[in-house]
Amino acid sequence: MAWPFIAQMNPSADTMALASVEYDLTKIEPGMQVTINWRGKPLFIRNRTQAQVDAAVKDDGASMPDPQPDAERHKEGKAQWLVLVGSCTHLGCVPTVGGGDYQGWFCPCHGSHYDTSGRIRKGPAPLNLVVPEYAFLSDTKVKIG
Amino acid sequence: MSGHSTYQPKNAFSRWMDARLPVGRLVWDSFVDYPTPRNLNYWYTFGGILSLCLGVQIITGIVLAMHYTPSAAGAFNSVEHIMRNVNYGWLIRYIHSNGASMFFIAVYLHMFRGLYYGSYKAPREVLWILGCVIYLLMMATAFMGYVLPWGQMSFHGAVVITNLLGAFPIVGETITTLLWGGFAVDEPTLKRFFSLHYLLPFVIAGVVVLHVWALHVVGQNNPTGVEPKSKADTVPFTPYATVKDGFAMSVFLILFATFVFYMPNALGHADNYIAANPLVTPAHIVPEWYFLPFYAILRAVPDKLMGVLAMFGAIGCLFALPWLDTSKVKSMRYRPQAQLYFVIFVVTCWILGVCGGKLPDDHVIPHLKTFTLFDADLNSYVWLSRITTLYYFAYFLVVMPVLGLVEKPRPVPETISSPVLGDSDKKD
Repeated sequence: MAWPFIAQMNPSADTMALASVEYDLTKIEPGMQVTINWRGKPLFIRNRTQAQVDAAVKDDGASMPDPQPDAERHKEGKAQWLVLVGSCTHLGCVPTVGGGDYQGWFCPCHGSHYDTSGRIRKGPAPLNLVVPEYAFLSDTKVKIG
Repeated sequence: MSGHSTYQPKNAFSRWMDARLPVGRLVWDSFVDYPTPRNLNYWYTFGGILSLCLGVQIITGIVLAMHYTPSAAGAFNSVEHIMRNVNYGWLIRYIHSNGASMFFIAVYLHMFRGLYYGSYKAPREVLWILGCVIYLLMMATAFMGYVLPWGQMSFHGAVVITNLLGAFPIVGETITTLLWGGFAVDEPTLKRFFSLHYLLPFVIAGVVVLHVWALHVVGQNNPTGVEPKSKADTVPFTPYATVKDGFAMSVFLILFATFVFYMPNALGHADNYIAANPLVTPAHIVPEWYFLPFYAILRAVPDKLMGVLAMFGAIGCLFALPWLDTSKVKSMRYRPQAQLYFVIFVVTCWILGVCGGKLPDDHVIPHLKTFTLFDADLNSYVWLSRITTLYYFAYFLVVMPVLGLVEKPRPVPETISSPVLGDSDKKD
């Protein structure tokens, strides 16, 4: 008897059916990031400069709370494109791009520093910024979800 | 509610009513003839003030709900509509929003008073715990109410607080999704918060009835912590307590009105006058002032789950307090050492509140760089909140149990009246 009253709080059918998002990458200059709305959450698409990619790769061996090489955080051969869920893994604020000690992202709420690969390097967040399920439809188009 | 009733129905109707539903008798016994300790000071007037606050919040809230739209698209605009178009809408909303702060000012003073005079000790444990339940419900209500205007602070405050529950392993994510009704804070979240924000004050009112009932069963504590022993120790509630409470309420309402009319946004945040935008978090996000000490405790702990547990634990300590304090003397009036620790505790709570409002890495003393201890400079708010968090817990878990066993309290008077009227036994 209690179940319907609990279950009604879970996401409704229309929320579950939220469509995937397509985005045209030609709009994003190198070094720039766009933030789009995906399932009510911010989604970061960042066009990384070579220097930013290098910085991320260089730190692959550094000690971090959630170790992961940069190569696992982008699609093969697309090192410049980083697609991330823009919610801090601490408490869900939206980190600001380019800030923090590692020039990746800085979360203003509780001071989590992410590097240019979106990996957590310093602060209270336990995990790296989440890489959502996405695919390249062409060289200039991605589909997220 | 306890003891012999002295109610005398004065006319035919009240006699008729008294034999059927003795409401008049209940009121007479509880709020007129009810014996109160003769030495109650002004710290004891906050119970009445809090009932007033609850009444004000319910009345203004019901009116606001008549003009408010609980939807992501309409909420922010409907609040602006209340502020600009609805007749006296600005007044009613400012009373409601500042009323929440006034409510918390009063409840904190009420709690510190209980802490100082040992009002949680036997036989008042249930009374105290009911008070803690009311406090928890107040926090839930205030939080959900703050979300309703759907401004930037509302939205991102809701994101942060609901994400706290995500810290729990395994079930965390399921709980947050259930709470949100989606994959992020959105329309369904707002609607359920509105529904619950309307409901909870009435739940609070219900628990307040239990709180007052428990109070009237065991009787009020008083500044000496000595239970009343004879008629000489008490005075009737009316006129003594009613007049004192009434005067305190009037003074409190002056403060209330000062905020409402002269600085209605002093306790709020400018960012909340910007409509919610899920894609941008305000640069400096802080909760309302009454949550700041707990927010500081959350941030003091570097681990996410431990931080959340510490924050809840800080409130949990209050529930366990009746069994943590081992002292046989109720009132700290006779416990000089306890007084000292109590004063430090009050200051600690204040400092935690200040820390909660600052950026963790900011310097406490400006421009002074000391050295980095573990992950932050020692001269930073994060370290200040760590030190004060430590004291907060030590006060409940170490000072309270140990001090009661080792301290030597001052002599406690035989009765409430003896220090005032003089001890007749000794004089003879």
